[in-house]
Order: sequence, then structure tokens, then C-alpha cells
Amino acid sequence: MPSQPTMPTRPALALVIGLGLLSAAPAWAQELTVVSFGGSYQEGQSKALFQPAAKALGIKIKEETYSSIADLRLKVKAGAVTWDVVASGSGSAARAGAEGILEKLDYKVIDTSSFLPGTAQDYCVGGDVFSTVMAWNTKTYGQNGPQSWADFWDVKKFPGKRSYRKSVAGALEPALMADGVPADKVYEVLSQPGGIERAIKKIRELKPNIAVWWSSGAQHAQLMKDGEVDMITGWNGRFDVAAKDGAKVAYTFNQGLLDYDCFAVPKGAPHKDLAMKFLAEISKPQYQAEFTKYITYGPTNKKAYDGGAIDAAYAKTLPSHPDNARKQLPIDLDWYIKFEAQASAAYQNMLTE
Amino acid sequence: MTAGSIHAAAGPAGDFHAAALRRDHWRERLGLAGLAAPALLLVAVTMLLPVGWLFSLSFLDDGGALSLANYRRMLAEPSYTRTFVTTFEISLATTAICILLGYPLAYFLSQLPRRIANLCMIAVLLPFWTSLLVRTYAWLVLLQRSGLVNSWGMKLGLWSEPLQLVHNTGGTLVGMVHIMLPFLVLPLYGTMRAIDRNLLRAAASLGSTPAHGFRTVFFPLSLPGLTAGASLVFVLCLGFYVTPAMLGGGKVTMVSNRIANDIELFFNWGAASALGVVLLVITLVVLVLAARLSRGADLFGTGH
Repeated sequence: MPSQPTMPTRPALALVIGLGLLSAAPAWAQELTVVSFGGSYQEGQSKALFQPAAKALGIKIKEETYSSIADLRLKVKAGAVTWDVVASGSGSAARAGAEGILEKLDYKVIDTSSFLPGTAQDYCVGGDVFSTVMAWNTKTYGQNGPQSWADFWDVKKFPGKRSYRKSVAGALEPALMADGVPADKVYEVLSQPGGIERAIKKIRELKPNIAVWWSSGAQHAQLMKDGEVDMITGWNGRFDVAAKDGAKVAYTFNQGLLDYDCFAVPKGAPHKDLAMKFLAEISKPQYQAEFTKYITYGPTNKKAYDGGAIDAAYAKTLPSHPDNARKQLPIDLDWYIKFEAQASAAYQNMLTE
Repeated sequence: MTAGSIHAAAGPAGDFHAAALRRDHWRERLGLAGLAAPALLLVAVTMLLPVGWLFSLSFLDDGGALSLANYRRMLAEPSYTRTFVTTFEISLATTAICILLGYPLAYFLSQLPRRIANLCMIAVLLPFWTSLLVRTYAWLVLLQRSGLVNSWGMKLGLWSEPLQLVHNTGGTLVGMVHIMLPFLVLPLYGTMRAIDRNLLRAAASLGSTPAHGFRTVFFPLSLPGLTAGASLVFVLCLGFYVTPAMLGGGKVTMVSNRIANDIELFFNWGAASALGVVLLVITLVVLVLAARLSRGADLFGTGH
């Protein structure tokens, strides 16, 4: 801003500063604001994805954290969007996209030809794959833990305390599989009238053995660290981190629920086009391969497994490794868009009974 | 005010003085109002505006049209009623336990010499200086399956299988009582300290036994403090979030927990604010009823 030759009056000064800020904005156009969930997860993203991609594109990255898509909604509805890229769960992103608070992604710019099927939706491009698995306390069951959801429900064969998710996401599918529904028929049954009730009835059956209903990833990891329960559902990466810290926990990918985290661009993002280029960059296999070094979440880009960028033995422990992916059921986002509110109401009724 | 009227009476009869005094009086009032203005403004900006906004939001549907959908949902799903019942049950139970523990404690403290009582008060206040989250975590560490209480209890042979002490209603109550106790003891202790000992001596000199004197003289006089403390505890309990979330094991769903859940679930602030509005209304009704029942007792702790 050039210095003023005369002493300006106060409103004039404010105007000048305001104009200065406005005119300065284009000069910062090469700065992207990226938002994620914080903690070790975002730290990994920052080191493996954001900073290297910024260097490659010659731009600056400003990182922020947020807690849920509700924060974004408020910004979009207030017309004050300052974020360019947000990390999100696949389900929240699908609903946010349907609601109209995300920009449609430009897949002419972002190359997802080698992505796992279903991990690149209209409004959100997959960043990492995680799995909701059954885990157990190795002090109680040794290495012979449950190998199917039927085992998880079998309190005679596996006596002990259970912990289950407090919200409905990823809670009904295991119940149906335990009730004998084959994995590939789960969403079909859940979409039929009475399907949700059938799953909930099965959970009600297990309810007396559920000591804790967990509500966050940090919590389910802590429960296993403390040996508070014998068997639990949860996100595979958290259990690996807990095991590294000495927790007596093991898990199987059998009948796990394959899900992914993704990146989206908020509606009205200040640097939309640059955001697309940025997403194209971090979707490249070498970035995704690097990210797996920080947490055992797999790449969505299958090419990341090529060329030895991920150690072969380590690759076998990732949820999206073909051998592991085969044993699992991919989450059906369309089902969640249509039925989550209804399923959640029924689930809350069961919980408060 | 009193000072003003004394001067007015003492001064020589004259409209001039009276007018000047009145002017001074108003000036003083304005000055005081000015002093209070920042706080009033703060309350208006940070409290009345957002609450009003949330209130209006609760009557809008997803599309922004006027609708009672958020309230209808609450009636249609039994879980909402159960959540409200749980909230009031837990709050009442916490208040009752706080009274049972806090009344004898405050009485004991009020009978001690002031210097020793002050020292004891520090012990009561100490938990205030620790974060609520830390205290709640501490209970989790103590009460869980492999926690201190269970491992010591089993080592001492008091019980052989770990007891379920937390992740249930019991654990939640322990945590909440611990946090709430000072809120009851403080106003109660203040009221008890102010009770004139001579009244009890008078009762004794008229032939009353200590127990009878306590029941007919001391207890009724301590009631304002008790109602103030108890309503403070009760109202604060209604809004509890962290403690039931951490110690309840997902089995104790209070309104705040449900609000958090609904904000995540419905992409709509109205759904959550409707819960807040209902809680506010029920709370006000309960407080008004309680005030009626205790015949105008001081429910808001503003002194007497």
C-alpha cells in the first residue's frame, strides 16, 4: 500500500485500508486454505500430502482444523467461505454434496482412472481407505478372536464384554451379517421395509453384553488400551496405533466395512480452480503411498501399491490391499443418503430403551 | 437511596435543595447504569441474541420455511421423551445426593471457628481449580475395570470379579456429584454462617432439646441457602455434557448429548435448537413450580 501524503481522516483511512485489503487479495491467490480433523491424522496429511503438493505446485498452504461438516454448513450458509479444500468422511461428504454445500469436482483435472471403484464421488475424491473391523482383547482370547460377526454375537463361544458404536453409521451392517445375511445382500435387505428393524432387533439381542457404546475413535482406542472391554468394533488404524502403544488388541479384516475419507471443495471456495489442481496433485499414487507411512489407512489410488513405494509386507496390513479388500463390504453411501436419518431415529430408540 | 432521603429530611426546607438532590440522585443512577452497561450489553450480545436466534431457527424446516417439523419429530420418536426423562432423573438424583452429602458438611463447617472453617473451605473449593475434563477422566481411571478401585478391591479380597462401576448411571452420578458439590456447599455455608447463634440459645433456654432446636430454628433459617444451592445444582446438571458422555458409556443420554448427536445427523440447526428450547421451557416451568412450592423461597440465590 503506498503511503499517504496527507493525514487522512479516520473514515477515509478505514476506506483506504479496506481497499488495500481488497486489492491485496489477488496477490494471495496462490494460497490455499486446507481444513482437516487435526491430531496425528492431519499431521500425517500435512507431511505426506499438503506440504509436498504445495511445493510441487509452487503455492502456499494454510492449514486449519474443524470438527464436522456442520462447521462448513454454517460458513456456506453465511456466505463466508474461506476454505478451499476440506477433508471429510465419505458419508458426510455425500450428504453435504446432496445438500448443495460442496462444489462438483472436475474429474477432467483430477485423474481417478486407477482409483478403487466408488472412491471418487461427484463431490468428494477419496484420500485414504479405512475399515470398520471387529477387534478383540488378546489377553482374553489370545490370537483366537472372533472371525465373523456371528462370532462377535456369540456370547457362549466368546464370553466377555462388548463395545459397539453409539451412532448408527456402520452399526447395522454387522448385525445383519451376524443374522445370516450374506455381505453382498446387506444393503438390499436394509433397503427393504423391515430391514432396519431386523438389524436393530439383532443388536437388541446383544445389548445386555454391550458394556460401552463408543462415540469416537479416540475412545475406542482408549477402551482397548485400558482393557475395559473384550471385544469391540472400530477403525483399524486406531487399533494399530493402540497396539503400538502396548495395548493388547488384535483385529481381523473379515467382514469389515470398507470406507474412505475424502477431500471436497466447499461451495463458493475462494480458489476453486486451484483447489481442483491441488486435489489432482494429492490424488497421485506417490502421495498416497507416502501417507500410509503415518497411519495404517490404505490408498484409494491402486497404483500406489505399484513400484514398491509401500513395503510389500506393510501393504498387506492396509485395508485397501486387494487381499484385505476382498474380505470386506464396501459402505454404500447411497443407502446412507436415503436412510440414515430414519435408521438413526430407530437406533436412538433402541439405545434409550 | 437512604442516604439521599436522610439528607433531604435534614436539609432546610427548600425546593432548590430537594431538586438538586433529586438531580444528583438521578445522575448517580445513570452513572451506575453506565457502569453496568458493558455487562448488560455483553449479556444481550452473547446470550439473548443467540438464544433468540436459536429459538427462531427451531421453527424452520430444512428449506427455511415455517414449520413445526422439529417439534413433531420429538413427539414421534420415543427416544426424545426418554432423553428428557433421563436428564431430569439424573439431575434430580445428583441434586438429592449433593444435599445428603452437602448439608451435613456445610453444617459442620459452619460450626467450626472461622479460621479452621476457611481452611476446610479451601479443600471444598480445590476441585474448582481443576478442569472438569481432568476430574472426569480421573474418575474413569479410578472406576474402570482395571482401575484402582477394582484392582485394590480384588487384592483385598472384597470382591473377586471386577465390578461395573463406570460406563453406567452410577458412574455418571459419582462424577456429577463430585463436580456439583461445591455449588451446593458454598451458598448453604454462607447462609448457615449468618444464622444468629443466639436464636438457638434462646430456643434452648425455653427448654428445647438440641435436635428440636435444630429442626424448628436452624433448619428453617438455612432453607434459603439450601434452595439456592439445590436449584443451582439442578439447573447446572440439566446442561451437563462431558460427564455423561465420558462416564455413562453411551447408556446415559442427556439432552446435551442428544443435541450434539442431532447436529451431526440432521444438516439443520433447527433440529438441535428445538431440543434446547424444550429444555429451557421445561426448566423454567420446573423452577417456577419449585418457587411456588417453597413459597417464594429465593430460587436464584440473590440473597435475602
